[in-house]
Amino acid sequence: MSQLLGQTPSQTVGPYYTLRLYRDGENILVGPGRPGRIAIRGRVLDGDRKPIEDALLEIWQANSVGRYRHPDDTRELAMDNGFSGFGRATTDFETGEYTFETLKPGPVPDVEGVFQAPHISLIVQGRGMLNPVFTRIYFSDEDEANRDDLILRTVPADRRGTLIAELVDDGEPRVYRFDVLFQGDDETVFFDF
Amino acid sequence: MSEPVIRHYGPKAYADHPPFSYPDYRSTVKRSPTHDLIRIVQTLSETTGPGPAWTEISEEDTDLTTNTGTGSPAIGERIIVTGRVLDEHGRGMSDTVLEIWQPNASGRYAHWRETEFPAPLDPNFVGVGQCLTDVEGGYRFTTIKPGPYPWGNHPNAWRPSHIHFSIMGSSLGMRLVTQMYFPGDPLIPLDPIFNSVPPHARSRMIANYDHDVTEANWALGYRWDIVLRGKRATPMDEGGD
Ligand SMILES: [Fe+3]
Repeated sequence: MSQLLGQTPSQTVGPYYTLRLYRDGENILVGPGRPGRIAIRGRVLDGDRKPIEDALLEIWQANSVGRYRHPDDTRELAMDNGFSGFGRATTDFETGEYTFETLKPGPVPDVEGVFQAPHISLIVQGRGMLNPVFTRIYFSDEDEANRDDLILRTVPADRRGTLIAELVDDGEPRVYRFDVLFQGDDETVFFDF
Repeated sequence: MSEPVIRHYGPKAYADHPPFSYPDYRSTVKRSPTHDLIRIVQTLSETTGPGPAWTEISEEDTDLTTNTGTGSPAIGERIIVTGRVLDEHGRGMSDTVLEIWQPNASGRYAHWRETEFPAPLDPNFVGVGQCLTDVEGGYRFTTIKPGPYPWGNHPNAWRPSHIHFSIMGSSLGMRLVTQMYFPGDPLIPLDPIFNSVPPHARSRMIANYDHDVTEANWALGYRWDIVLRGKRATPMDEGGD
């Protein structure tokens, strides 16, 4: 390959991203009454464990049978009309909480052809963040699948817990908690890929 | 059952991007990771992304001078901003979602956050737009040249004129949010957000004035290309980098 073009540098989303990058309802991927609906709630906390009140969270996930709405996912699995697999949430300016309502994703293969544990990809940005951070949300009620997961096994054992959303309410919807922590021993694992 | 297509893409060039913590931009200090990132392989979850699933793009949203729908045009210097979204190999990235937001000509955002900056709002300008790139990766917006505005980072701090750009491609890792600046702006060298980028890569964030884009009796033209992490053409390209 000849000389590559230089990548355009990343810059912060700043304090005003909700003008465009989050609009009401973009955090609700499926409405009430939908079987398998889950809620994920949490906060984004800074190095002093103060809530970050202007963080943007973006999720990307497969549907309930594990199919991504993407041309490269050519597997013969049901596409779920109306489910994009993409959502955006912003932390609440007062409480620092975010919420997603979505479906628990089905299994997706890893590079060795083995199924990964159910997971949701998460991108976090905000004022004061010059680059996005990438992480994954796994589920506490998927112990066995989590144990075998290729990506989780890449993470040192004592940090894996930061990637696992805790089931806190087994009702309708099932509610999981997932906080994103910057800095400290319990910092959330962020990925480079 | 057929296998999914896995198109791996090249790495983020960290040396061309800002560090996570850049103390001159104060809020980065507590909002940056301190552990090393953990390197993982790209699975289908990383090689796919939301770009192609995007549906709600309307043509009107490429013209920010009229897209408030009030019937009256926004006030300020009308400009055209156009360019291409490319991968590192220079290939145009089609079907990529661009979303932009910016303050008005006075430097005021139409946002609910309180500000001590007594600049007027323009009822005919919201300052948000979106566009889907064409087959060559091209995009084009008509807007108002944004004004500089003060911020609280340090005494008498002013952001240079800039437009926020969000780029959502077909793979998760190609996600990019950046800011486009204007040539000759005297505030640029004073801006810690601009200066957070290593010196050799800073000029990539500044648009070029292009008289061929300028339209007579209508608007000045600026050209700005955006380069995303390189994607290999086909799964067969595996191995090289
Ligand atoms: Fe801004």
